[in-house]
Amino acid sequence: MNLKFQGKRISGILAILPEYEAHFDDEIQNYSLSSSNSMKLKKIMGYDKHRVVSDEVCVSDLCIFGLKHLFEMNLLDKDEIDALILVTQTPDYIVPPTSNIIQGTLGLKQDLLCLDINQGCAGYLVGLIEAFLLLGNNAFNKIVLLNADVLSRKVSKQDRNSYPLIGDAASITIIERDAVESEVFATLKMDGSRAEALIIPAGGMRLPATDSTAALELDGDNLRSKNHLKMDGGAVFNFMQTEVPPMINDLMNFAGISKDDIDYFLFHQPNKFMLQKLTNKIGISPVKMPSNIVENFGNSSGVSVPVNITFNLGSKLTEQSYAVCLAGFGSGLAWSSMFLRIGELNFCGIIEFGNKGDL
Amino acid sequence: MKRLVEILQEIRPEFDFTAADNFVEKEMLNSLDIIALISTLEEEYGISIDGADIVPENFNGLEAIKTLVEKSGGTI
Repeated sequence: MNLKFQGKRISGILAILPEYEAHFDDEIQNYSLSSSNSMKLKKIMGYDKHRVVSDEVCVSDLCIFGLKHLFEMNLLDKDEIDALILVTQTPDYIVPPTSNIIQGTLGLKQDLLCLDINQGCAGYLVGLIEAFLLLGNNAFNKIVLLNADVLSRKVSKQDRNSYPLIGDAASITIIERDAVESEVFATLKMDGSRAEALIIPAGGMRLPATDSTAALELDGDNLRSKNHLKMDGGAVFNFMQTEVPPMINDLMNFAGISKDDIDYFLFHQPNKFMLQKLTNKIGISPVKMPSNIVENFGNSSGVSVPVNITFNLGSKLTEQSYAVCLAGFGSGLAWSSMFLRIGELNFCGIIEFGNKGDL
Repeated sequence: MKRLVEILQEIRPEFDFTAADNFVEKEMLNSLDIIALISTLEEEYGISIDGADIVPENFNGLEAIKTLVEKSGGTI
C-alpha cells in the first residue's frame, strides 16, 4: 500500500529512556555461551548496554513522565491535544486502553480521541500514518503520538537470542498541519501468515497466562516460558533481508527520488549484524545510516526509530531540516517506510526516567 | 576443509562436524552460532556473504558451507 500526505509535519520529538543501564558483560552468566563466543557476539551483534525498567514500571509511567516534562517546559499545551495515539505491545491492562489511563491521569480534555494500537517494530511508521490520516479531518489539529514498550518484562533473562538486545523506551511525537504544502510518501505492508515469527504465546484469550504457561522450558539453548517473547531469529532475518530492500526501492520510485536525495536513513535497529547486512544489500553508505542504537540503548521495538532520530540528530533538528527515509519492520509481520523532511522542530531530545518516584 | 572444521569447532567444541551432517536440524548450530560463523568466514576468507544467502540450508553441512564461501568469492 502506498500513501501520500500533504501539508502535515512533525513538530517535536522527545524520547524517554529508563535511567538504569544493564550491561551484557554482567549478564553473560545467564546464557549458555562460552567466553570467546560471548565476546564475538558482543562485537558482531552490538550486545553491550541496554536500558531496562524495573519490574513495576509500565508504559503509561514513561509516557506521563514525558508529557509532564513537555507541559512544564511549555513545549506542549495540554488543551491543544486532539488525539492521543499510543502504539505499544505492552499495555498496562487488557482493558481499558492505556491511552485513556494517560488521558485521565493528566486531566486532558474529554474532546479527545484515545487510541491504542498494537504494533511492534513498524509501530512508529504505523503511528505516523494514523496521525496523518486523522489530520485529514478538520476536528483534529494536533496529534500526540506515543510509542512505548517495556518488553524487557516479557523476555526471559535466560533467552540469549533476545534478552541481551532488548531495550525499554518511550517517545512522544507531535504531528500537526503545516502551512507549507510539504509532501510525505509512505509504504505499508502486512503479512499475518508469518505472525508466529515474533510472538508471546500466552497471556491473551487464546492461551491465558497460568502457572503452567509460566514454567520455564528449554528451547535449544534458551530457557523461556510461554509468557515470554519468542523470536524465530532465522525467520525474522530472512524476512528483513527479502522484504526491506525492495520496500526501499518501491518508496524511492513512488516519491520520484533516488537514494542520493536522502540525507539520513533512520531505520529500526534490531541488531548490528542485521542492520549492516541490510545496509550492504540496499547499497547505502554507513555514514548516512546510523547503527549505534542497539549497543547504546538496546532494541526498543517501535521506539527505536524515534530514539535513533533524537540520539543521532537531536538538537540539529531544531535548527535545520533534512530529507530522511524512515523504516520499521517486525512483529505482525509488518513493514513500512516513509520519505519526508524533518526539521525546525520545537524540540528534539532525550530525557531519562529514574523510577516511579519521578512521577 | 580442515580450517573450516576448526572454525566450526571453535564455535561449538562439543560437536564433531566431520562425522555429521544436517547441522541446523540436529541443533549443532543455532541462529547465533550461524552469525558467529558468518563473521569468522567473512574475516578469514575476505568475503561478504549476501544476506539473502543466510538461510539454514547453506549451513547444513561442510559441503554446503564450502559452496556458500565459494559463491561469495572465497576459496576453501
